[in-house]
Amino acid sequence: MNKFIDPILVLVLLLNFVALGASRMRTVIQAVAVQGMLLGILIALAHGHLIFWVAMMALATIFLKGVVIPRMLFDAIRDVVIRREVEPIVGFIASLFLGAVGTGLAVLFSRTLPIDHGEMGSLIVPAALSTVLTGFLMLTTRTKAITQVVGYLILENGVFIFGMLLMEAVPFLVELGVLLDLFVAIFVMGIIIHKISREFSSVSTQMLSELKE
Amino acid sequence: MAWFLFLVPLLLAGVAAAIPTNRWRPWLVPMGGLAHLCLTGLAVAGTPVTALKGWLVLDPLSVVVLGFVSTMFFLCSLYAPAYLALRPDRSNRVFCACLLAMLGMMTLVILAHHLGLMWVAIEATTLATAPLLFFNHTSRSLEATWKYLLIGSVGIALALLGTFFLAYSSIHEGLEPTLLLDDLVHLAPKLSPPWLHAAFVLLLVGYGTKMGLAPMHTWKPDAYGEAPGLVGALLAGGVTSCAFLAILRFYQICRNAQEAAFAREILIFIGLFSMAVAAVFVIRQRDFKRMLAYSSVEHMGILVLGIGIGGVATFGALLHMITNGLTKGVMFLSAGNIHRAYDSKNTDDVHGALHRLPISGPLFLAGFLMVTGSPPGGPFISEFTILIGTIHAGKYFIAGLFLTLLAIVFIGMGATVLRVVQGVPSDKAVATPYRDRPQLVIPILMFFVLALALGVWIPNPLVTHLRQAAAYLEGGHP
Repeated sequence: MNKFIDPILVLVLLLNFVALGASRMRTVIQAVAVQGMLLGILIALAHGHLIFWVAMMALATIFLKGVVIPRMLFDAIRDVVIRREVEPIVGFIASLFLGAVGTGLAVLFSRTLPIDHGEMGSLIVPAALSTVLTGFLMLTTRTKAITQVVGYLILENGVFIFGMLLMEAVPFLVELGVLLDLFVAIFVMGIIIHKISREFSSVSTQMLSELKE
Repeated sequence: MAWFLFLVPLLLAGVAAAIPTNRWRPWLVPMGGLAHLCLTGLAVAGTPVTALKGWLVLDPLSVVVLGFVSTMFFLCSLYAPAYLALRPDRSNRVFCACLLAMLGMMTLVILAHHLGLMWVAIEATTLATAPLLFFNHTSRSLEATWKYLLIGSVGIALALLGTFFLAYSSIHEGLEPTLLLDDLVHLAPKLSPPWLHAAFVLLLVGYGTKMGLAPMHTWKPDAYGEAPGLVGALLAGGVTSCAFLAILRFYQICRNAQEAAFAREILIFIGLFSMAVAAVFVIRQRDFKRMLAYSSVEHMGILVLGIGIGGVATFGALLHMITNGLTKGVMFLSAGNIHRAYDSKNTDDVHGALHRLPISGPLFLAGFLMVTGSPPGGPFISEFTILIGTIHAGKYFIAGLFLTLLAIVFIGMGATVLRVVQGVPSDKAVATPYRDRPQLVIPILMFFVLALALGVWIPNPLVTHLRQAAAYLEGGHP
């Protein structure tokens, strides 16, 4: 079972770069959707034997991160009449470069932390940290509200990957709570994006600059 | 008992969402506040509260925070019906339901002894408060809500990563994986130090964002500036105290792991930095609600500074959480009344509040004097206790910096507040229909009396509870 974990993590990392380099918003959302589904598969693999709760958790993750949340985001870009390009502050090549640097730093940093590579893949900690950094990069260098939400999702995915190391420590009740919170957060953000587009006829957060010192 | 404490507000939130009448719905909020206060009283006085195999525990620290948050919410809730009656044009369904849900979730944060559950509850308070910020439906409140939601959620996501790091620090040492606070405090000496350090930093950044410590405070001026006064008071007194409690939980683990020196240094630094940032931005602040936000950043800094100093200052910090919260109640609610009377919160337009609002105006001024540490207000006593603790610890430089920053904030806030309360009200202000009315000033007066009373005389039961909480925090079990 374990031999699939590392290849999946590599795919997750590649999807980070797809999300950073894509110029169309649909591609970015699709990348995050696939990433979410891969995380669900990872949960099932990490446990080895499928008991009821693990299967439930994996299915809930695939359903929420891979289907429901991307659907909400697709609906948001369809309802809101906006240009479908990403419009980054930092160019795509530069984003990819920063993403690569971030991944390198994540690998270096995870070397400094003591990790025992037991049953898990050795890539979990670097993959988690570099996904968190990618999320940060998206959050800070993209102007549209929806791309910022996608950045937040990628960041959450990174935290989620780290959670794989702790399958026994984190009870399912809490994991479900985390997923539910994420879902509601995206839902509320979706509502606010809708209001922003009605109020400003744009979803660029550069319009949100009235409140400052 | 533990179940009732957070399920009753949640149930009432459901009822509030279901009730069709806009007119009677707001009365559910004070009802919920009163019920919660009674339950809290019973829980504090009665037998030890535990539930769910140690997931929910009322320990000495949570007794103090729960008692305070419950009182704070009750007094704020008294303000709600009259405030919402001024806004008959707007449905208050979401507002009332979210207020009660927020109370339920804050209670869950306070009771939670499982760090994962605590995280879920804190994120839920963020989500429950977002619609409250957006109550005015203006473009400015929209902007504030977006920033609050996004910055808050990202901060909280980092806290989750920190929580996972903490759990991993026990797995790494071959211990039974756990996220139960009591187990972690017990196991602390055996946890892997590098993971523990990384976890503490991430958790401080994460929950510090929620608490509004600089430099993660950027959502605060926008949110407090645009939120209704009632919501501002609850955020500044309630939600931030819950985030503070979360940080205290992790401090407890660090302390038991013999890593107190590491945690304290960071807490002292970030505390002083928050005070300094507040001091810079409070000067020449023309928006008096944003000024309150910076005051809140300053006082959150004082809280973590007190914990970082330790000893007597720990007692002072816990007391300061209460005195600052009560004074913030006075300031936010009276600022809300002034904002309404002048239809502006800019000191270019707002003058002569003492004449225009004969009760709210003086209360705003008195609140300012108390919150900046003038005797005989409650914050004076708590800040003085922290100062004594600092000097006892031999940290004279920090004590000097603490006093200097307090003085700068006093001058900065004074300039803004005096412009608001003195002078002659403009014609436009006199023309707005709003006048001080009993329902909208009695809650402020109650906050004021409580905050003042704590400066003159602290009741013995409160001292006992605070002592127990400080002992619990500093030395495991009292």
